[in-house]
Amino acid sequence: MTKISSDDVQHLAQLSSLQLSDDEIDSLPTDISNILGYVEQLSELNTDGVEPTYQVTDLENVWRDDVIIDYGISREQLLDLAPDATSDSVKVPKVL
Amino acid sequence: MSVIFDFLGKSARQNVLDALEKAKSNEQYHALLNLTEKRALERADSVDRGEITGQLAGVPFVVKDNFLAFGAPTTAASKILENFESPLQATAVEKLESEGAICIGKANLDAFAHGGSTENSAFGPTKNAFDMERVAGGSSGGSAVVTALDIVPFALGSDTGGSIRQPASFNGVVGVKPTYGAVSRFGVVAMASSTDVIGAFTTNVADAELIMEIITGHDERDGTTLPDFFKKADVKTNQKIGLIKDFMTSDVDPEVLARTNEYVEKLRAAGHTVEEVELPMAKYALAIYYIVVPAELSSNLARYDGIRYGYRAEGVKTLAELYGKTRDLGFVTENKRRIMIGSYVLSSGFFDAFYLKAQKARTLLINEFDKLFEKYDALIGPVVPTPAFKLGENTADPIRMYLTDIMTVPTSLAGLPALSVPAGTTDAGLPIGVQLMGPRRSDAALLALARQMETK
Repeated sequence: MTKISSDDVQHLAQLSSLQLSDDEIDSLPTDISNILGYVEQLSELNTDGVEPTYQVTDLENVWRDDVIIDYGISREQLLDLAPDATSDSVKVPKVL
Repeated sequence: MSVIFDFLGKSARQNVLDALEKAKSNEQYHALLNLTEKRALERADSVDRGEITGQLAGVPFVVKDNFLAFGAPTTAASKILENFESPLQATAVEKLESEGAICIGKANLDAFAHGGSTENSAFGPTKNAFDMERVAGGSSGGSAVVTALDIVPFALGSDTGGSIRQPASFNGVVGVKPTYGAVSRFGVVAMASSTDVIGAFTTNVADAELIMEIITGHDERDGTTLPDFFKKADVKTNQKIGLIKDFMTSDVDPEVLARTNEYVEKLRAAGHTVEEVELPMAKYALAIYYIVVPAELSSNLARYDGIRYGYRAEGVKTLAELYGKTRDLGFVTENKRRIMIGSYVLSSGFFDAFYLKAQKARTLLINEFDKLFEKYDALIGPVVPTPAFKLGENTADPIRMYLTDIMTVPTSLAGLPALSVPAGTTDAGLPIGVQLMGPRRSDAALLALARQMETK
């Protein structure tokens, strides 16, 4: 059975852009190990030659015209939603 | 309980005032996160002046707070969206509004719809309408409870693995999970894109049919919507119905089994044939679900990064710190748990063993359903193995919580329509629902069957 260590949890948190609380660092290795242990029961199924199902609509290649749809929302309204913005851009901390 | 018809032709303002008053006098259930009082009263006045007309003119309703809707923030019951005021509305909300319905508030849910009890709400749990020491169910717990408490005659919810059907069962109301793609998801906070559907809670089946007629249909803004197909139907006589044996085991509460068997007898008395059928893949459905759904939601929740909208953590120096801390404070533990499982099953070394394996197993499950529907018009079984459990009873053990969805996830993975309809109560008075399931696009036929049985 898959055993998830504290280090594994920290790695997964990093992959997921998540910081964790101390409580979560304590509880998540067991929780995630148990959940992965549960889902591992699928290994007993024979799926040789079975096609995977990624979606259930049978729809294929749903196209639309490459035109702008007006949702009636202004640039100002969207910038207003940002936690930090100038008059024409969203502001973020230094990237590099 | 109230039916939509009773609200028609009345003063919309009075309908809305009554609903708001009931909402306020039932605050102890914590079914609603925000009221949309000001906007609701403005819209009511427009209806009363005859400026807005339609099949639902002046009828109050509630939306689960993962639907973008005006009048109050759309929070998804999370800290990260606590103050998010959407600049647009979900298609389903727009369609209801265009028929004159009036949204009076936003219902509580498990944060980002991750959960089966509403206990994962960042703002505290919703209480069961029949016993305040018990859970509302979830994730659409608030929507079920406002309907059961008669605050409004209907409410919208979303169902990814049982989030409409399970709380409907726990609160004694009708819950509709339509065929995948029947209702536009435009403007609804995405969880798992291959199983998310939009549906409704009502007090009776005829109202559910009316709401489905209004909210279903193709939407250019949601590429996964199917061509229009929903049309209220007359019940087909002498149906062949399969009782899923794999759902009727000794693990299921005896009173749940008893109510299900009584419903089966009512079906027989109405001239339908009910036979036991096997769905051997059902026992793997939850394992498939807890690979596929975390994988999909880990991608969908990547957008909550504190950059363009929502909460942003203070006092950070780098972008990586900003993401990490924002998402730490913005998400609840269950959100993080699921995101991390998603990251795990999608990571390069484990993709084939988990994600690909699950999607192949999903095909096997769908094949079993398809085979059953060659012979049967519909399937029946319980909705949940138990009546509503106690608050706190399952919070310490995620798997125990997940297991409450064991009979609702199979249809979600296959994209099939399924209903939870009231089937009586326990001796102690807790509601129990029964689940009717059908082939894709059989939504109207299932509702017609449920409507026939409602009067028996």
